[in-house]
Amino acid sequence: MELFVNQVLAGIATGAIYACMALAIVMIFQAIDHLNFAQGEMAMFSTFIAWQLMQWGVPYWWAFLLTLIISFAAGVAIERLLFKPLAKAPILTNVAGFIALFAIVNSVAGLVWDFTIKQFPTPFGSSPFLGSQLISTHQAGMIGVTLVLLLLLFVFFRFTRIGLAMRAAATLPESARLVGINTGWMIALGWGMASAIGAIAGILIAPVVFLEPNMMGGVLLYGFAAAVLGGLSSPLGAVLGGFLVGVFENLVGTYIPGVGNELKLPIALALIVIVLVVKPTGLMGHTVVKRV
Amino acid sequence: MSTLQETVSDPAAPTTDTPVGKSATLGRAASLIMLVALLIVPFFVRNFIIFQLTMLLIYGIAVLALNILTGGSGQFSLGQSAFYAVGAYAAAILIEHGGVNYALTLPIAGVICFIFGFLFGFPALRLSGIYLALATFALAVAMPQLLKLGVFEHWTGGVQGLVVTKPDAPFGLPMSQDMWLYYFTLVVSLLIYLASVNLLRSRSGRAMMAIRDNEIAAAAMGVDVSMYKTLAFGVSAGITGVAGALGAIAVQFVAPDSYTFQLAIALFLGMVVGGVGWLPGSLAGAAFIVFVPNIAEGISKGLSGAFFGILLFVVIYLVPHGARQGAIIAESLFNKLRRS
Repeated sequence: MELFVNQVLAGIATGAIYACMALAIVMIFQAIDHLNFAQGEMAMFSTFIAWQLMQWGVPYWWAFLLTLIISFAAGVAIERLLFKPLAKAPILTNVAGFIALFAIVNSVAGLVWDFTIKQFPTPFGSSPFLGSQLISTHQAGMIGVTLVLLLLLFVFFRFTRIGLAMRAAATLPESARLVGINTGWMIALGWGMASAIGAIAGILIAPVVFLEPNMMGGVLLYGFAAAVLGGLSSPLGAVLGGFLVGVFENLVGTYIPGVGNELKLPIALALIVIVLVVKPTGLMGHTVVKRV
Repeated sequence: MSTLQETVSDPAAPTTDTPVGKSATLGRAASLIMLVALLIVPFFVRNFIIFQLTMLLIYGIAVLALNILTGGSGQFSLGQSAFYAVGAYAAAILIEHGGVNYALTLPIAGVICFIFGFLFGFPALRLSGIYLALATFALAVAMPQLLKLGVFEHWTGGVQGLVVTKPDAPFGLPMSQDMWLYYFTLVVSLLIYLASVNLLRSRSGRAMMAIRDNEIAAAAMGVDVSMYKTLAFGVSAGITGVAGALGAIAVQFVAPDSYTFQLAIALFLGMVVGGVGWLPGSLAGAAFIVFVPNIAEGISKGLSGAFFGILLFVVIYLVPHGARQGAIIAESLFNKLRRS
C-alpha cells in the first residue's frame, strides 16, 4: 500500500509537468481549433531565452517576466508573419506548417545554444517537501503554479470581455465578426498567450528534465495525451488529464511486470485510447453538435 | 472536428473553363511523359541514384495509401509507420526464416497489414479528427518498442534487426540488382496506382468520399459507414504494408528504429505536399520527403532542420493545396499559351 501511495505521489509530481504543457496546448486549441505541434519547441526556445537572460546577470524573477513578454510577442509575431497567410489554406496544410516551425525552432536552438545539457535554477529550492522524499519543493511549487495558472485562465475566459470575445471567435467566427470582434487578432492573441504559458511550462520543467533543444520531445507527447484525455476544450480537463497521465505512467511502470522505461509511453497512450473509445470527447470535453 | 473533412474535400482552385475532354487528354499526356521518364531514367544514372528512385517509388506507394485513407475517406492517420513496419518485418521474416521468394512476400505482407489495419479500424470508428490522430500516433510510437520485445526476438532479431538478401535479376537479364529492383518496384507501383484510381472511382470509393464529405448525410443515404471506414483503414494499411515489404527488400535491412513516428510524419508531409486526395500527387510528395532533406543538408549541415522547415514553408505558401494546385496552374497556363 505504501508503495502504491508513493507511486501515486511521484506520478502527481511528474503529472504537474504534463499538466503545464497540456494547459498551453488547450490554450492554443481554444484560439485556433487545432493542435500546434511546435508548441513544445516554442516553450523550449523561451526557456533558453530565460536561461540566456540569467547568464547575463538578470535576476530570476525579472528574467521570468521578460521571457513571458518576449514569448508573448514572439507568439503574436509568428501568427501574424507565418500563419496568417495560411488562414485560408486547408487545415492539413497548417499542420504541415507547424511541423516546419518545429524543425526550424529546434535546429536554430541547437545552433545557438548547442546540444549540451544545461542546469536550470529553480526559485522553490529542491529540498524534500513536507518531509516527503518523493515530492521536492520545486515539484510542489510547480503544482502550485499550475493551479494558479488554471485559476487565472478560468477567470480570464469566464469574466473578462476579451476572454468572452476569444471564446466567441473560436466557436463561431462568422457570428463573432458580425458583432464586431476582430477575429484575426483574437487568434494572434491566442498564439501569444499559448506561447507565454508554454514559456512558464518550460521554465518550470527545465530544472527537472534539464535544458537542451530536445527536452520537450517526450513532454509534448504526454502533454498532447493529457490535453486530449481531459477534453481539448477544457483547461480544467487538461490539468486533470496531466495528473492522470503522470499517475497512469508510474503505476504501469511499477505494477505490470516486464514494462521498462521504453514501454511506459506506449502503454500510457494505449490506456488513453481506451478511455477515448469509451468517451470520445475526453473526460471534460463536451460533444460538438453538428448540423448537416 | 468537422473542419478536417471540410478542407479535405475542398476543390483545390477554380478550374479553368476548358472542356473536360481536352483537360483529360492533357493529363493523360503528362502521365505518359512521366511514365516514359520513369522507364528510361535508370539507364543514365548511377546505381545509388537508382536506389534513391526506388525509394521514391516506395514512399510514393506509402503516401498514396495515406491519401486513400485521408483524401478518400476523410480519416486522419499518424500511424502509417506502424503498418509500414509490419509489412517490412513480414517480408523480412518470410524471406530470411521461411525462405519465401521475395516477390511472393509482397501480397502476403499486404494481406497481413490489411487484416491488421481492418482490425485497428474498429476502435478508430469511435474517434475522429484529432482524437483519431492521437490513437494512430500511439500505434506509431508503440510499434518500434513492440518489435524490440524479447518474446519475438527469435523472429525479429530484436534491436539488431534482420538483414535481407537483395534479389538478383531473374532469367539472366543483364541488369544490376538495383536496376532490377527499380523496375520491379515500378511495376508494383503502377499496378497499385491503377487499382487505387479504380477503387476511388468505384461504388466503394464513392461511398468513402460521401463519408468524407458528410458522414451523417452519407449514413442517411444508406452508406454503411462503419464498413467503409474500416475498409478504408484496411486497404490503406495493406498498401502501406506492400510499400514496407518493398522497402525492406530495397534497403536490405529491417530494424525497429527505422520505423519510428518520424516516418509517419514524413508520409503525412508527403501527402500534404502532393495534394490531399489527388493520387498522382503522391509521387511529388514522395519526391519532397526523399530529396528535400538531402538538399537542406547540402545548404548547411548545422541548420539542415531549419532549411528543411523553410523549404516546407515555401512550398505550402506557393501551393497551399499541394502539387495538385501546381498541376491546375500549369494546365491553365498551357491552355492560355495555346489560345494566344
